[in-house]
Amino acid sequence: MAKEIETVCITTGPTEVGDYVTLNIGPIHPAMHGTLRVITKTDGETIISAKPEIGYLHRGVEKLGENLTYSQFLPITDRLNYCSAICNNVAYEMAVEKLLGIEVPPKAQLIRMIMMELARIADHEVCVGILGVDLGALTPFFYLIIQREEIYEIFEWHHGARLTNSMGAIGGVEADLPDRFHEKWPRMRDSIRKANDDTDKLLTHNRIWMDRTVGVNAFCGDDALNWGFTGPMLRACGVKRDLRKNEPYLLYDKVDFDIPAGKHGDVFDRYMVRMLEMEQSVKIIDQAYAMYKELPEDAPLMKKVPKILRPPAGQIYHAIESPNGELGFFIRSDGSDKPYRIKIRPPCYMVYQAFDDLVKGEMISDLIACLSSLNVIAGELDR
Amino acid sequence: MADWQIELIKVVFIWAWALIIAVVMTWVERRASAMMQDRLGPNRAGPFGLLQPLADGIKLFTKEDIIPERARKILFVLGPPLFALPAFSAYAVIPFGDKIVIGGKEIILQVSDVNIGFLFILALSAIAVYGLVIGGWASNSKYSILGGLRATAQLISYEVPMGLALLTIVLLDGTFSLREIVLQQQGTFLGFLPNWGFFKQPLGFIIFLVAAYAEANRVPFDLPECESELVTGYHTEYGSMRLGLYLFGEYVNLVTLSAITVCLFFGGWSLPYVDMSKFLGPVSYGIASFFVFFFKQAFFLFLFVWVRWTVPRFRYDQLMGLGWKALIPLGLVNLFITALLVQLTT
Amino acid sequence: MSLKERVANILKNDLLEITESKGDVCVEISRQTLVNALKRLKEEGGFDFLSDLLGIDNSDLYAKPKKKKKKTEDGTEQEQEEKGPPPPRFEVVYLLLSLSTNERLQVRVRVPEDDLELPSVTSLWRSANWPERETFDMFGIRFNGHPNMRRLLMWDEFQDYPLRKDYPLEGKGEERHLNYNIA
Repeated sequence: MAKEIETVCITTGPTEVGDYVTLNIGPIHPAMHGTLRVITKTDGETIISAKPEIGYLHRGVEKLGENLTYSQFLPITDRLNYCSAICNNVAYEMAVEKLLGIEVPPKAQLIRMIMMELARIADHEVCVGILGVDLGALTPFFYLIIQREEIYEIFEWHHGARLTNSMGAIGGVEADLPDRFHEKWPRMRDSIRKANDDTDKLLTHNRIWMDRTVGVNAFCGDDALNWGFTGPMLRACGVKRDLRKNEPYLLYDKVDFDIPAGKHGDVFDRYMVRMLEMEQSVKIIDQAYAMYKELPEDAPLMKKVPKILRPPAGQIYHAIESPNGELGFFIRSDGSDKPYRIKIRPPCYMVYQAFDDLVKGEMISDLIACLSSLNVIAGELDR
Repeated sequence: MADWQIELIKVVFIWAWALIIAVVMTWVERRASAMMQDRLGPNRAGPFGLLQPLADGIKLFTKEDIIPERARKILFVLGPPLFALPAFSAYAVIPFGDKIVIGGKEIILQVSDVNIGFLFILALSAIAVYGLVIGGWASNSKYSILGGLRATAQLISYEVPMGLALLTIVLLDGTFSLREIVLQQQGTFLGFLPNWGFFKQPLGFIIFLVAAYAEANRVPFDLPECESELVTGYHTEYGSMRLGLYLFGEYVNLVTLSAITVCLFFGGWSLPYVDMSKFLGPVSYGIASFFVFFFKQAFFLFLFVWVRWTVPRFRYDQLMGLGWKALIPLGLVNLFITALLVQLTT
Repeated sequence: MSLKERVANILKNDLLEITESKGDVCVEISRQTLVNALKRLKEEGGFDFLSDLLGIDNSDLYAKPKKKKKKTEDGTEQEQEEKGPPPPRFEVVYLLLSLSTNERLQVRVRVPEDDLELPSVTSLWRSANWPERETFDMFGIRFNGHPNMRRLLMWDEFQDYPLRKDYPLEGKGEERHLNYNIA
C-alpha cells in the first residue's frame, strides 16, 4: 500500500523538462526549524526537486570533543538536539561508561529512564505542536507547550536547567529525584494525557487535517531502511524497530511497553506514531517510578569514577533510542584524558538526506508539512 | 437639517462604526484566541488591554516606511488602499437598522438604499482582488507573487459559489435591494420558523458561509498569506501602515461579510416572532433595531474567530477542488431547485 | 557461532585484522576489496543497515608515543608495539547493523595520505550519501562513484579539512575572508 501511494505521487509529478522557478526556502523562514535551507525547483506549486543545504549551524562539535576532556564534553551534547537534551547527555554518558567498562547503579539508571522519557514526551510535544502550527492549527500547539513547560519545571528541580540540561555525570546522576516530583507526577500524568486528548480531538479526525496529512510523502519501509531511517520515521513506515526493545539498555528490558507503528509512512502516520509514543512513555515512567520506589532511599546514585577519566584505548559505538531515532556516539580513545575521535550519529541527519525523495512531485504546502513531521533539529543535524 | 446633512452624518457615522468594530475586532480576536489556548492575551494597555489596538496603530504609523529597491513603486503604493477601500465602501449599502424618527423626520438607517445593492457588493469584492494581486506583483518577491496568484485564483473561484448562493435569495425575494430583502424576512415560515433566509435556504447559507470565509482569507482558507509556507504571502515585503492597511482591510472585510450574512440569512435588524415597532417608540425602535443587527453581526464575527483557531489550513489544490468540485455544483443544484419551487408556487 | 567467526567465514581472505573492544567487533579490510566485502557482509552476513560512516585522522596517534614516554607510563606499552613505517594516515569506519540479529559490526579501511580515494558505497546503502560527503568535507577523502561529491557542512570555497589533526581548533580565520556575492 505504501509503495502504491508513493508511485502515484511520483508519476503525477511532472518530468524535469521545461522552465521552472527556483524558490529558496530558508535559512530564514518561519517554517524552517532553526537554520535549514531547501532550494526547490517548482512548477507552479509542484515541486520538481528540493535540495537541502545544511551547515548553517555547524559549530564543529566533533572537533571540540577531541580537544575537551570526557567530562567537559558533556555540556556540549546539550546543544545537539536541544528539544531533548537529556537524551543526548545520557547517550554520551553511556557511551563513555561502555568505554570505561562500568555499570551504573540501578537507582541512577531508573532516574535516567524517567528523565529521558520525560524528555521524549517534551520532544514529541514540540514536534506535534509545530506540525500543527505549520499546517495552520495553532491551538494544539499551546495545549502541548504548556505541558512541556511543566516537564521543564521538573528538569529545573532536578538539575537546575530547563533547556540545556547537562543532566547527570559519567558514572551516574548527581541528584536524586526532587521531593516535589513525587507529588507532581500523578497530577502531571493526567494533564499530559488530557493535553494529548485535546490535541487528538482537534486534529486526528479533523477532515482538513486528514486531507493534509494522509498519503502525503508516503514512504515504504524498505526504502526507509536503505536511507538509514530510524525512530518514529521508520516506525511510521511500518517497521517495528525500537532500540529500547531491540538492543535494550538501562532497565528498558524490565518495563512493559508497546512500539506503535504506522503503515504508510505518510505525515499522518508520523504524527500518530509520535502521539502514541507519548502514551507509551507515560507508561514507562509509571513503571520505572514504581521500581524506583522499591529501592532503598540511600541507594547509591553514582559509581565511583576517578576525577580525570582515562579510558583504555579502544573504539566503541553506542546508540540509544532518542525521540528522533537512533542517536549514537562513536568514541575512539587512545588512553589519554581526551577522546581521540568522537562521531555523533544524529538521527535526523539520515532522514533529512532523503528529503528530495520524500517531497518530489508534491506541493509546497506538503514540503512544509513533511519538514515539520521529520522533526529535523538544526543543532543535531549540523553539529 | 437638510437631507444632505443627514446623509453626511450617516456616512461619517457608518464609516466610523465599521472602523470601530474592526479595531475592536483585532482585540477580540487576540483575547478570544488566548482564551481558547489557555493564554491571557494582551492585557497591559488600558483596561483588559482594550487600548492594545491603539498601541498597534501608533506602532504601525511610526514605523519606517520601506519600499524595496526593485519593487514597482506606484503599484506598490497603490496595493494596500485598493484592498482596504472596497471593504469600507461595501458597507454603504448595508442596512444597519430599520428607521429612526428624529425631529419628525424619518431617517432610514442605511447610507443608500441602492436597488442593486447586491451586485454592488459583489463588484466591490471583485475589485479587492486587485489590491492583493497588485501588492504581490509589485513586491518583486517570489513569495509575494505566489501569494498574489493564490489570492487571485481563490477569490475568483469562490466568487462563483457565493454568487450562486446569493442568487437563490434573489429568486425567493425578487429583489436586489438589501433593505427589501430584510423586510421580506419578517414574519414566520411554515407557521413556526422565523421567515429567515437561513431556514428557507439552509444549503445556500452553508455555501455562502464557506465562500465568505474564503473571500475573507481566513483560516482554513488563508492560503494567500499562509505564514508557514509563503512567509506572509502577498504582504511579505510590506511594512509600517501599508502592512497595517492590509491587515486592517481584512478585519473590515470580516465586518462587512458578517453584516451581509445577517442581512441575507438572519433577518437583518428584525427579531423573530416579535415586532419591535409595535411596542417601542419611534426613536427607541431605531436604536433597538440597530443593536439587534449589531448583536447578530457580533455572533458571526465571533464565529470567524472561533473557526480560525480551531481548524488547520487547506492545501491549495484541495481548496480549488472544494470550490469547483463541491461548492459550485451544489450551488447550481440549489439554484435549480429553488427556481423550480419558485416557479411552481407562484 | 560467534560474531567473529561468522564474519571471518564471510570475509575469508579479505579479512586483514579482527579486533574486539568492550564487545564491539571491528574488522579491517583493504580498500581494494571494500565494496565487494561490504556487499557480502550485507547479503550473506545480514548486516543490512548502515548506521553511519566516519573518517579518522591517525596522525596524532602515531606521533604520540614519543611524547608519552617522557611524561607518563600510560599506554606506552601498546604504542611501542607499532614500529616500522607508520601505517596509512586516514581510516574510514563503517558502522554496520544487522536488523535480524541486532548485532553491530565496525568495518575499517585504511586510506594513505598520498591517495585519498575510496569507492563509494552509495550503491549498497543510500544512507551513505551524506556521511560520505561529510567525510570528504572533513578529511578530504574522495569517494569514487558518489552522485554528488561536494562539501556538505562547510561552504564550497572552504579550502582546508577541519577534522584533520593538523587543522587548528580555532580555525584559520577563513570566515573573515568570505566573499559575499549576492547573485
